[in-house]
Amino acid sequence: MKLVLHVEPGIVRQPLVSSVILETGALVNIERAKVDAVSGEIVIDVSSDKCMEVKTAFEQRGVKVVLLEVPVIRDEMECIHCGACISICPTGTFRFEDFKVIEDAGKCVQCGACIEACPQRALRLILK
Amino acid sequence: MYTQPGNGSIPRGSGGPGIGAVVIPQLFNTPCLYIVFVEEKSLSEINERIREGSVCVVTAEEMPDLVDELGTDGAVREVDVVTTGTFGAMCSSGVFLNLGHSDPPIKISRAWLNRVEAYGGVAAVDLFLGATQPSEDKGNEYGGAHVIEDLVTGREVEIKAQGSITDCYPRLDLETALRLDDFNQATMVNPRNAYQRYDAAINSSERTLHTYMGTLLPRHGNINFSGAGELNPISNDPNLEYLGIGTRIFLCGTQGYIIGTGTQHYPQDNFSTLMVKGDLKEMSNDYLRAATFQDYGPSLYVGLGVPIPVLNERIAGNTAVRDEDISTDILDYGVPRRSRPVVKTVSYEDLYTGFVNIEGKEVKTSPLSSRYMARQVADALRDLILKGKFFLSAPVEQLSLTGKNDPMRQTREFPLVGDVMSRDVVTVHEDISISEAAWIIVGGTYDHLPVVSESEKLMGIVTAWDISKAVANGKISQISEIMTRRVFVASPDEPLELAARKLDHHKISALPVVDKDNHVMGMITSDDMSRLFSRRRYG
Repeated sequence: MKLVLHVEPGIVRQPLVSSVILETGALVNIERAKVDAVSGEIVIDVSSDKCMEVKTAFEQRGVKVVLLEVPVIRDEMECIHCGACISICPTGTFRFEDFKVIEDAGKCVQCGACIEACPQRALRLILK
Repeated sequence: MYTQPGNGSIPRGSGGPGIGAVVIPQLFNTPCLYIVFVEEKSLSEINERIREGSVCVVTAEEMPDLVDELGTDGAVREVDVVTTGTFGAMCSSGVFLNLGHSDPPIKISRAWLNRVEAYGGVAAVDLFLGATQPSEDKGNEYGGAHVIEDLVTGREVEIKAQGSITDCYPRLDLETALRLDDFNQATMVNPRNAYQRYDAAINSSERTLHTYMGTLLPRHGNINFSGAGELNPISNDPNLEYLGIGTRIFLCGTQGYIIGTGTQHYPQDNFSTLMVKGDLKEMSNDYLRAATFQDYGPSLYVGLGVPIPVLNERIAGNTAVRDEDISTDILDYGVPRRSRPVVKTVSYEDLYTGFVNIEGKEVKTSPLSSRYMARQVADALRDLILKGKFFLSAPVEQLSLTGKNDPMRQTREFPLVGDVMSRDVVTVHEDISISEAAWIIVGGTYDHLPVVSESEKLMGIVTAWDISKAVANGKISQISEIMTRRVFVASPDEPLELAARKLDHHKISALPVVDKDNHVMGMITSDDMSRLFSRRRYG
């Protein structure tokens, strides 16, 4: 399961991810991270059995956590199944099945590359 | 040549030499049964069968297996029409619009539809709206293609026009709002559609490129391609035996016509194109879709299909083409020149597997045209023919088998880096000290020192700023510790304009100029460019 961590100013310099890993013992995969001097946005992937524990641990440290259930939505009415989203995606969210685009939205880390690459503007990120 | 027997009265496989009777499987929607004496037929026979409801139509995706199974002679006997289809971004598209005359009348010189400019230099109230024209307010996100789509979906479009005043057209300007029905005529005329195949695109450079071939990731990050492969109309009639002027086609949901060869038509290299027309008022949004290519501009997805009559064995053989038979080159868009280097030649079958191996790395591929929609076009055309709603027309003239796609003749010289660069550049080795480097910069004319290896190959660069910083820090002794190793370079045969874009893009002021072996030949700086510019302007 994927979690988006919104790290506010004031705690961004703290070793948040490593301390949560040590506390929960969860295997955490950092999918995407953008951290600057004042804030950060990190997308992590954790197994579903540890997900809520990890979420709570981050929240206790003052991190705003959003569970990414459906990170990206493809508008079936707009999509023409060209496939421009397929090769641009770093996590392999989209693929063809008999030349129709289908997505495994769970793989999406909301990098946004597909949003701009879609000629029909048929893709949208949730909670962005 | 043909007789149409009664329903199933002749047993399968009966008849003497040269006579065959075969029951067509249910695959073709209409089961049919023919006796055939010679493996040829005429267009009027096929149209007669369409009228009777006994025609056999298959799509270009179904045909190869049939020809494998039945041979070309059997295929001619059993199949009457092969439908093709393509659905891709076809930039060279647009519509002629007639607005009707206003009162008082206006001779339009410039006009805008939803703030997208249309060409007004055609008579008084005729306009040509091109698909790729961006809007003046929304830029690339809304353009000519979007106006066309809005018209097809029944939306009202704001019109603004400026006139040039004459005695017969006294009006200066006008504003109105029109729907598609309000135009006297709305005729789609596309100068270049249905490219037989198209070069695929890859990017070897260090930065992401936004192109008409979509987003190309750096360092061979992905491959984009376009084309319907074995469904493409021209690939099924590569010798242009049936595709000609006057051939009736499926265009965006209605009947259209081929009106000539498309621009850049180049059959010699399997790059044939079609010029087509159709009535926008009868078109459907299902087969006509506006698009935006990021940081490139608007374009129009056009659904176009051609029915190919299986008149003889040669045509049957041609319609058996498969994705694996159609090859195309993957070009490096990282080289911003007209002649882009070929990275690899592949087939459409290779491209559709999702990966192509480039220099040992599996690179993901994406089509930009929709094979799914191309199939929808071929299916829709097949269904129209089966229902007796679409008849095939004989072309009135063949399309040329020779075309012209020469590079532009450029009459104004454009300077190359090699013409302008300074050749008296001083290079250094990485083991010199900071103070030696500082002395060279102070004594010379450049703020930049290219650092070269023992074999004189470029390995880094040091700037006056790097040296100042090192001196301020005080600890560093050798320039190898401070030099930038990832150096942006120019080549002597590169247009100066491209070098200028590099300087601007990377916010730097000089580029070492290197030959193919990475030997430093000179330096091109923003000062060199300023000098050239002022000479051209005022000299």
